[in-house]
Amino acid sequence: MNKNRNKVKEPLNDTQLLMTITICIFAVMYLLAIVLLQGGFLHAQQILDMLNDNASLIIVSCGLTIVMIGGGIDISVGAVTSLVVMSCVLFINKGGNPYLAILLALGIGLAFGAVHGFLISYLDIQPFIVTLAGMFFARGMTTILSVEPQKLDEEVFNGIHTSIKSDLLGYRAKNGNVIPANMELGVVIAAVCVILIFVLLKYCRLGRNFYAIGGNQQSALMLGINVKRTRFATYLISGLLSGISGYVLMMHIGAGNATNAAGMEMNAIASAIIGGTLLTGGVGNVLGTVFGVLTLTTIKKIVVTSGLNQPYWQSITTGGMLCFFILLQSVVLGKRQKKKKAS
Amino acid sequence: MKDGSKKFLKNGLGQLTIPLIAVALLVIFNLIRDPSFFSISITHNNVGNAVLSGNLISIINGASELAILAIGMTLVTAATKGQDISVGAAAAIAGSVFVKVLKSGSEISVGMVLLAFLCACLVAMIFGAFNGTLVAVFNIQPMIATLILYTCGRSIAYWINGGATPTVNSPILNAIGSFAPGIPVPTPVIIVIAVTILFKLLFHFTSLEILTQSVGINQSAARLNGINTTFIKLLSFILLGVCVSVAGCIGVSRLGLINHETLLLDVEMDAILAVAIGGNSLGGGKFKISGSIIGAYVIQMLTITLYAMKVSSTDVKAYKAIVIVLLVVIGSPVVKERFRKIFKKGKSGTKGVEAA
Repeated sequence: MNKNRNKVKEPLNDTQLLMTITICIFAVMYLLAIVLLQGGFLHAQQILDMLNDNASLIIVSCGLTIVMIGGGIDISVGAVTSLVVMSCVLFINKGGNPYLAILLALGIGLAFGAVHGFLISYLDIQPFIVTLAGMFFARGMTTILSVEPQKLDEEVFNGIHTSIKSDLLGYRAKNGNVIPANMELGVVIAAVCVILIFVLLKYCRLGRNFYAIGGNQQSALMLGINVKRTRFATYLISGLLSGISGYVLMMHIGAGNATNAAGMEMNAIASAIIGGTLLTGGVGNVLGTVFGVLTLTTIKKIVVTSGLNQPYWQSITTGGMLCFFILLQSVVLGKRQKKKKAS
Repeated sequence: MKDGSKKFLKNGLGQLTIPLIAVALLVIFNLIRDPSFFSISITHNNVGNAVLSGNLISIINGASELAILAIGMTLVTAATKGQDISVGAAAAIAGSVFVKVLKSGSEISVGMVLLAFLCACLVAMIFGAFNGTLVAVFNIQPMIATLILYTCGRSIAYWINGGATPTVNSPILNAIGSFAPGIPVPTPVIIVIAVTILFKLLFHFTSLEILTQSVGINQSAARLNGINTTFIKLLSFILLGVCVSVAGCIGVSRLGLINHETLLLDVEMDAILAVAIGGNSLGGGKFKISGSIIGAYVIQMLTITLYAMKVSSTDVKAYKAIVIVLLVVIGSPVVKERFRKIFKKGKSGTKGVEAA
């Protein structure tokens, strides 16, 4: 009888439930924004702008999602991104090829990921401490490279700051000209990353292993999963994605600065959480994370456009919304657990 | 007696081994680099007091806020298996309230300072209770729950200040922030000692220590044994709130002004680091307050050593990271095990260092 009931109403698992909530809230919030603050939010450019500005955050959050699914945490991502931006800018300004800089970016990211992964999985050190040290090191190296902000040469920047324009999604300005919607190359890179990670997590053995070691390390070990190597892989991927995100951020802003990507790690963690990833591991979804980033950005956009432009309002409302989300998740999950116990 | 020494050989100093080794290494390094590094001299400050000065004093003095926060952080870590990342922001709020109350009176007297401190303490405890409720009642992971206050705390402080950085000047605040007349030891150091003694007394006369540990080790077992786990978790956050307010008030008194952006900036990371260097597991459970306090002094000693080596303040972080990684690698269970095997085989210790 119990079996029957399960067949009739297949319940969503925790990941899907949390993701569904996020997507619903994002949709409701965006519709509210359209109704209350007419105009701006109706244009396709608004969404594209959100993507353009946050392509690097999306990439970083995806890496963090993998680490969190594996039961760890990586708070060095923002600092590594900033270091990559700075070193790529310096490399290109010294006469390096902008395309070779991609290799540099990937190299730095992989190096950080490999060191973190080795220390955490093979030497059994707490991930928070290792990645905190990584964050300190990357931030320190950024200022050692240059305390002054470094700007990319105009021509090079124009060369890599390509964007895809579309008249169809554009809007008609008041004087009748059509302003095409533009989407930067970084968004395409981010989309590719998201799709690859989605496939990895859903259909690859390695990806399923991430969930296994995050959910219960002991059982994973008994199932014959190489826990250490799998955990190493989570940090390696996160480092690699930080490198990519650094290059994307450089394509977007074209300047290296010690304060680049400040606070990005916390934004990335918040996005992953809002998207339904649990810090305890084993639960998470990369699509949810993308919606987490979009939700967080929408909150900020709404605050700015609704005229609360005092600098403190933005972070106070962001904090309030975060509080709302976290409470909602907790209440929903708590109710489910009670139901499970009762049934 | 023999048993005791055997146990000592087997376990070393327990969890205090790593922080003490770190202190010893730093001291030896500094003595080799500059034998006069730890010299202490008596100078007269501009008020005319005879005060102690020297690198050692500035290390002990500078780590005061961190040490106090590390005490509270240890409790939270032990009880909730997570960390509070909002302490810097909460300290900014507490400092703002402190200044706001001081400014509201016509003149600053001892009673006024006490009242202001109590208000700051109350506010910090309320924010601690807010974090604690999220963690204990709603079962949210501490880092996420405190992310809320981390995001908006400094903005709330900004709003309390009315968007300015008000200054307060008073001999009483100077006495709290630097030296009290007639006492050659910096007052923050005395406050750290007082807070430590208070916590030790609290652990001595109540069973808080063992309750906290049992909640951290196995929450459901603790609950089944009749421990109110929700209350213990909440209490740890409220006690951290008290520590935060003390640290915030010291920070404000030191400078004589409240700057919501820079007061105790990034202190949350350092406090968590102090807990970890002190040999406490960040996964909760057993804890030693003394370890965390030594950890705080290790961090400050490292920073001052780097400053003395003419490393610029923005670059300090990179070198600090290298030392931290070295420390945790030495302290990691895998490396320890390897060390032990090497010692058992009776091979020379140098090989062990290479292996590490």
